[in-house]
Amino acid sequence: MHPAFSVIFLTTLIGAGQGLFLALYTGQVYAFFHLLSAQADRGFYAGGSLIALSLLVGGLIASFFHLGHPERAWRSAAKWRTSWLSREVIVLPAFMGMVLLYGAAHWLDWNPPLLTIGTLTLNATMVFGVLGTVLCFILFICTAMIYACLKFLREWHSPLTVANYLLLGCASGFTLATAYSAYTAPDLMGFYGKWAIIITLLAMASRIASLLRNSKLKPKSTLQTAIGVRHNKIVQIAQGFMGGSFNTREFFHGKGVALLRSVKWIFLLMVFVLPLLLLAGGLSTSAAVLLSTAFLVQYAGLLFERWFFFAQANHPQNLYYQAIA
Amino acid sequence: MTQLALVIDLNVCVGCHACVTSCKEWNTSGPAGSMSDDRPYGADPTGTFFNRVQTYEIGSFPNTETLHFPKSCLHCEDPPCVPVCPTGASYKRKEDGIVLVDYDKCIACKYCSWACPYGAREIDEHQKVMKKCTLCVDRIYDQNLPEAERKPACVLACPTSARLFGDVHDPESVVSAAIRENGGYQLMPEWATRPANHYLPRRKTRIRIHADELSRADNPLKKERQLPQPGKSEPSLDDVTSW
Repeated sequence: MHPAFSVIFLTTLIGAGQGLFLALYTGQVYAFFHLLSAQADRGFYAGGSLIALSLLVGGLIASFFHLGHPERAWRSAAKWRTSWLSREVIVLPAFMGMVLLYGAAHWLDWNPPLLTIGTLTLNATMVFGVLGTVLCFILFICTAMIYACLKFLREWHSPLTVANYLLLGCASGFTLATAYSAYTAPDLMGFYGKWAIIITLLAMASRIASLLRNSKLKPKSTLQTAIGVRHNKIVQIAQGFMGGSFNTREFFHGKGVALLRSVKWIFLLMVFVLPLLLLAGGLSTSAAVLLSTAFLVQYAGLLFERWFFFAQANHPQNLYYQAIA
Repeated sequence: MTQLALVIDLNVCVGCHACVTSCKEWNTSGPAGSMSDDRPYGADPTGTFFNRVQTYEIGSFPNTETLHFPKSCLHCEDPPCVPVCPTGASYKRKEDGIVLVDYDKCIACKYCSWACPYGAREIDEHQKVMKKCTLCVDRIYDQNLPEAERKPACVLACPTSARLFGDVHDPESVVSAAIRENGGYQLMPEWATRPANHYLPRRKTRIRIHADELSRADNPLKKERQLPQPGKSEPSLDDVTSW
């Protein structure tokens, strides 16, 4: 497939935004159960929610560049019964609204206790957070299923695609939360940093598992099934036109095997190895610069990862477009 | 249930591209707007087409065979491009099974083209909507046309009648009979999309002759054949008879 930068930025930006929201809320849940000192500073959650929201808005803006008719984008909420893309279109604004509500409730201190069980007090922001978390997970599933549901794009048609989107988004979000807390709430830096390392390791395992799976895939469609002729040697002589067409532009990345392979190593290094080293270094020295570098490197690496994700998918329609003459 | 479809006879197709040009001519002049081209006379021409004719070479020299392969939307009975459309612009008509795109609803997200394993959809780069074969839906029901012309433009244009059009759900139709009797098949059956369009394979006409059949034991020609001419030195009839 031809990787579109609009979709690369959409999926990586909202992934980081979702992960950051989950990180913020995880901290609050730990504080709720008295496992972590509660954040008295209302600006911490509000500021974090604002960053998460800006990432989500950035992703949404990027997505419009993918559309030929962005002014009709509202129509895409229509077919949520069958289309994962439609579901994503509904869940993304709902999640953004909930992040806004969550951040605003913290900032305005609109946090009335709703329920008290023993020493645990359930506040309004806790409820907003639960709703936000549910929407966040649904959004991860919707985004990933857009790709995973296409059964003949076999590189994508796997539960590992959903695991990767979830874990890679969370990894970048928790790394961002670590860098954010290093500047605003240094007490929480260790908590977020450890989670960032754990999730990055999990994401690495899942991404490597999908790389191994994809390297062993054998194509189900062949030129024989594509044109229905049983012969071992079939060569395309002409594809019906001399110049390019949508079919040759949209479904081929047009880069060499060597470039594809080097992008794979670049993203493995930038998404997993370097951020893990930077996180470990930043946590041991409490250097905020190292932690913010960890996020920037990981996010840049995710752009490579997403590019590779699209480029690696081999569409069966390419069988019909092998030769120009 | 009606399922209109094309049946393309690869045994007859000569790869003349008449279906391609007549398709473009009819559909670019239609009420849905033109099918845009870029640099049509330039070095790198490109444009929107509903139908393409490709060519394949089967086997290695000298045992090769050329196959011309017209390719358009197959109007699948289980179209993977329809459920993925977020706006409902891509839909399959209940009444005749044609898969269509509503150009007024399409947002050109290209997701349907990703979901089609055949690459049957092409985006119009200027109108910014996804386009594909409509089976000439604006023609086949047109009461102003004589009944014989209520067929897709490609079918009418084909000089060798390699393209048949009809209802594949009606067992008595020309297309159903052609599929049944001439080994009609579907493309990429492994994805269970159940394409309505079928292709008829290349068919060889061969007679089997055994060596002993080459000369007949009771060949009457042997008895009635002309006798060999006698040589010049042989005695003539005058020499051996006394009249």
